[in-house]
Amino acid sequence: MKGAPVPEVMDAERVTRTLTRIAHEVIERNRGLDELALVGIRTRGVPIARRLAGALKEIGGHDVPTGVLDITLYRDDLMRNAVGPQPVIRKTEIPFSIDDRRILLVDDVLYTGRTIRAALDALIDFGRPRSIQLVVLVDRGHRELPIKADYVGKNLPTSLRQSVQVRLQETDGIDQVVIEGES
Amino acid sequence: MNVDAPAQARPPVPSGAKRLKGRHLLGIAGLEPSEITLILDTADAMKEVAARPIKKVPALRGRTVVNLFFEPSTRTRTSFEVAEKRLSADTLSIATATSSVTKGETLADTVRNLEAMAPDMIVIRHGSSGAPHLLARICRAAVINAGDGMHEHPTQALLDAFTIRAHKGRLAGLKVAIVGDLLHSRVLRSNLLLLNAMGADLCLCGPSTLIPAGLDRPGVRTTAVIDEALDGADVVMMLRIQQERMHGHFIPSLREYFTLFGLTPARLRRAKEDVIVMHPGPMNRGVEIDSEVADGPYSVILEQVANGVAVRMAVLYLLAGREAEESIDV
Repeated sequence: MKGAPVPEVMDAERVTRTLTRIAHEVIERNRGLDELALVGIRTRGVPIARRLAGALKEIGGHDVPTGVLDITLYRDDLMRNAVGPQPVIRKTEIPFSIDDRRILLVDDVLYTGRTIRAALDALIDFGRPRSIQLVVLVDRGHRELPIKADYVGKNLPTSLRQSVQVRLQETDGIDQVVIEGES
Repeated sequence: MNVDAPAQARPPVPSGAKRLKGRHLLGIAGLEPSEITLILDTADAMKEVAARPIKKVPALRGRTVVNLFFEPSTRTRTSFEVAEKRLSADTLSIATATSSVTKGETLADTVRNLEAMAPDMIVIRHGSSGAPHLLARICRAAVINAGDGMHEHPTQALLDAFTIRAHKGRLAGLKVAIVGDLLHSRVLRSNLLLLNAMGADLCLCGPSTLIPAGLDRPGVRTTAVIDEALDGADVVMMLRIQQERMHGHFIPSLREYFTLFGLTPARLRRAKEDVIVMHPGPMNRGVEIDSEVADGPYSVILEQVANGVAVRMAVLYLLAGREAEESIDV
């Protein structure tokens, strides 16, 4: 990390509390958990989805199946990537049928909306879910597509020069959300 | 995942290489072990696409791939075609029997004419060693070698390695016996380079008339006794007797070949208990392999075919990315 100390907008406790709150909202809005399934978008949507599954089990007493989605092959910038090498593809693992399920699509940061567009296309290639709802830990604004989250952990107004980093125990060894760069 | 985030926000990459160094895949020679691992890891992810209800992803939408086959092929050609279609590329297959090649056009002219249609990639199989290399020099498209003469067949070696890794979890330290016509086999050459680079222990076996000079190197032995090769093997790879390339008397008769070198259930008992038996196809049953082995519990021959599609998808995807980088550099 470069420059002055970066502002931490969420710490570990805050992340945990936020996910618990979202789990409550999910239960409130979806009568019964038996049709629900979680799908985390690689990379950091995956641990968030797993934690939500844990919270839903604790609060609602129901095991919600959880899958992993890699959207690389659906990206709209795939073959026009001027910044670096071809993104590495990793496995998509959705070990259940998504037909007629209510899917909770989970990601860490909602920004332009392009990742979610790709994820929706990818999901629909797996079947016809009854509905898809979007869960994000942070919404930082600056949408380029008409996409909106159903559950938001924290709304975080940012400038385009900033970048929002979500770090999680499972992938980065620490739970925190920080903003990098000048406002 | 944050598509538009700066480079440092990209997820960590497990393996060493993130891209292929070259724009073409002409052979295993020239690939580094980290690049081989990248292709196999990418193929792992591609394999999942085949299990979906809709077996198609939009990654190569709008790309044109020409399959140019100057030699008969069913497995490799259809495998490439399926891989291209699963990635949403537009494909065009040219078999020489129906092309102007029969009217005397040279390879270079055929390709220059095809180039005028601006394909992004050309997959070529040719009876002459080095034909893909010639192509790579004269055309703008990325070239993939689908077998050239007695030289190399890189995607076959990659799919073999993928199949071995799927069963054994690794390549390094495995005992691999490769038995058959070593002299005429491009599959052997590519497998030899790949498995040797990845640290496997190779024992190559065939009639002494069909063992070319210069195969021995650290990690590679040759023998004319099949039992010696099979002893304690983790993997047995059988090669086809290539009668169409034999312009001379290399073996007395196919029957004698089977007696001395054919893989029978009795012989296979010398190998490890969890041995896998492979064959690149097409098989000559009763010549290099007994039907009982080919259809038996140790055989992974049909798995190899299925894995071929995933590996070719990986190669197409990775090369398409290289090409995109290049066009931006210019």
